[in-house]
Amino acid sequence: MELLLVILVGVLYSSGIYMMFRRSMVKLLLGLLLLGNGANILIFLMGGLTKGKAPIIDANQTEFLDVYADPVPQALILTAIVISFALTAFAIVLLNKVYSTTGSDDLDSLNIQDLDI
Amino acid sequence: MTTNFILAPILMHMLTAIMLLFFWQRVQAQKVISIIGNSVAFLMCIRLFNLTMEHGHLVLQVGNWQAPFGITFVSDTLSAVMVLLTAIVSLGVGIYSTAGINVSRIKFGYFFIYHFLIMGLLGSFLTGDIFNLYVWFEVVIISSFILLTVGGKKMQMEGAIKYVTMNMLASVIFLTAIGILYGITGSLNIADLAGKVAAIENRGLVTVTSLLFFVGFGIKSSVFPLYFWLPSSYHTPPSAIAAIFGGLLTKMGVYALFRVFTVIFQPDYFTLVLFSVIAILTMFTGALGTINKRNIRRILSYLIVCHIGYLIAGLGLYTELAFAGVVFYLIHDVIVKSNVFMITGVLFKIRETVDMQRLGGLYKDYPKLSFVIAIVLFSLVGIPPLSGFWPKILLFQEAFKDGQFIMLGALIFASFVTLYVIARLWAEIFWKDSPKPLTEEIDHFAPFSLSGKIALVLPIVALAGVSLFIGLNANAIMEVSNRAAHEMMNPTVYINAVLGTNK
Repeated sequence: MELLLVILVGVLYSSGIYMMFRRSMVKLLLGLLLLGNGANILIFLMGGLTKGKAPIIDANQTEFLDVYADPVPQALILTAIVISFALTAFAIVLLNKVYSTTGSDDLDSLNIQDLDI
Repeated sequence: MTTNFILAPILMHMLTAIMLLFFWQRVQAQKVISIIGNSVAFLMCIRLFNLTMEHGHLVLQVGNWQAPFGITFVSDTLSAVMVLLTAIVSLGVGIYSTAGINVSRIKFGYFFIYHFLIMGLLGSFLTGDIFNLYVWFEVVIISSFILLTVGGKKMQMEGAIKYVTMNMLASVIFLTAIGILYGITGSLNIADLAGKVAAIENRGLVTVTSLLFFVGFGIKSSVFPLYFWLPSSYHTPPSAIAAIFGGLLTKMGVYALFRVFTVIFQPDYFTLVLFSVIAILTMFTGALGTINKRNIRRILSYLIVCHIGYLIAGLGLYTELAFAGVVFYLIHDVIVKSNVFMITGVLFKIRETVDMQRLGGLYKDYPKLSFVIAIVLFSLVGIPPLSGFWPKILLFQEAFKDGQFIMLGALIFASFVTLYVIARLWAEIFWKDSPKPLTEEIDHFAPFSLSGKIALVLPIVALAGVSLFIGLNANAIMEVSNRAAHEMMNPTVYINAVLGTNK
């Protein structure tokens, strides 16, 4: 399972970066989304995968005796998902606005003001 | 010392933002509430600074969950200095915004987002938890996205798309670094990480993780290969927004770099050389970028990049005196950079352009204002005894002592180019005759009401006064910088204060 996730993270990161290099704004956005998801799965993976061991201490014990699933990465991912959700919503609106003000989906056509000094 | 007061300035800005929501369309009420909120938060920040100076590290374990399990807020000297600077600049720019930002932008919630931005900045300076730092960074960047795009002009949109992309990429890299760091240590508390990272045997992995942090923060603080977004976006929004961005947002990245690379990671030789090389290249590219520009705001944007190089140079030198120079330079730079962007706003109001060739003759028309602006510009260059001079001397001295002559050369080169550019600015804008006769239609400054003029000029004069104060009381500022540098070189005090050991 770990190996599968490792490969998945690699694929998500590389395809995300590849998409960011494209000239289309929509592909840029998709690239950012893929990167964000890759980062989330990476955190999940780095927390260690433990199956069926909830982090709950038995009533008659005071500490963990067995391995347990770390709840912290899940909390982190949840936070990161919410944040990336908001950022993505903003980015979509921004791209839509850019498209309607400049009339172009091509990132190379957005460099007009960089030419004047 | 444990105190809840650390959260007070953060909560004050949140409260102000929430209050503003109830006055959505009422511009006058929004202005008043914003100024009151900023002033109260300013007083709170002064108190927080004094408390930190008096008692050393202030620590708050939120919800009484002891570190390393809960979220910690820490105020040490570096944080307190940054908080105080944020308070000064936010009050100044807040007052400036009441006249410098047009009504339609205020109706779209300018002040509301402004206070959230300041809240995020204060939070990121005070937090002692690496994931919490990420969350505060996100608060700051989403607020800055909105401030950058509010108004929706075509030029703003073009700048925003680069800004948004690079900042989102930086966040993802930062998040990746946090994920890996959590995987190899199992902790998120900065003080707790210090011990755990030092105990890891696989040093290669630690270096890679630290460099991921460097890339993430490097994009935010616009260091050499990753700075392109800054000069192509910072000149697009209104001057008040550019002032807060230019003064504080890049410094937030620098602050995070210093926090991470003094407490969590102890840089090895390879990393230090990398920092030095990047600092030198940042100084050169920033300095060279200013030379062929005519738009004042573009020049200032490149100057930001150039002067970030000084700060990274201090990190590359990694000595106590160099750190003291960096803290002093931060104090100077935040105040002056915010001020120069506000000045460009006033220039734009007076002449309707920020193109140097089309400006001129301001000294003749506005002699008093020109005098104040001269003080600010000379502080930026660092003419003794003004504020920019002292930290540069420290950095030069440390670079010389350390035998880093290329860095010394770069520092001197960057200083000379700054001098050249500022001299050219002065000659073109103030001394040269105005290229076209000044009509009443062009001057948007004169028709302002008296209160509007005060709102525009008072922050500039006040921040110029702060610059003068820094320059003339260099001894007192030096004491604070030395203390911050001492704490950065000896992170055990920080670690013990947070983890509650050795009490």
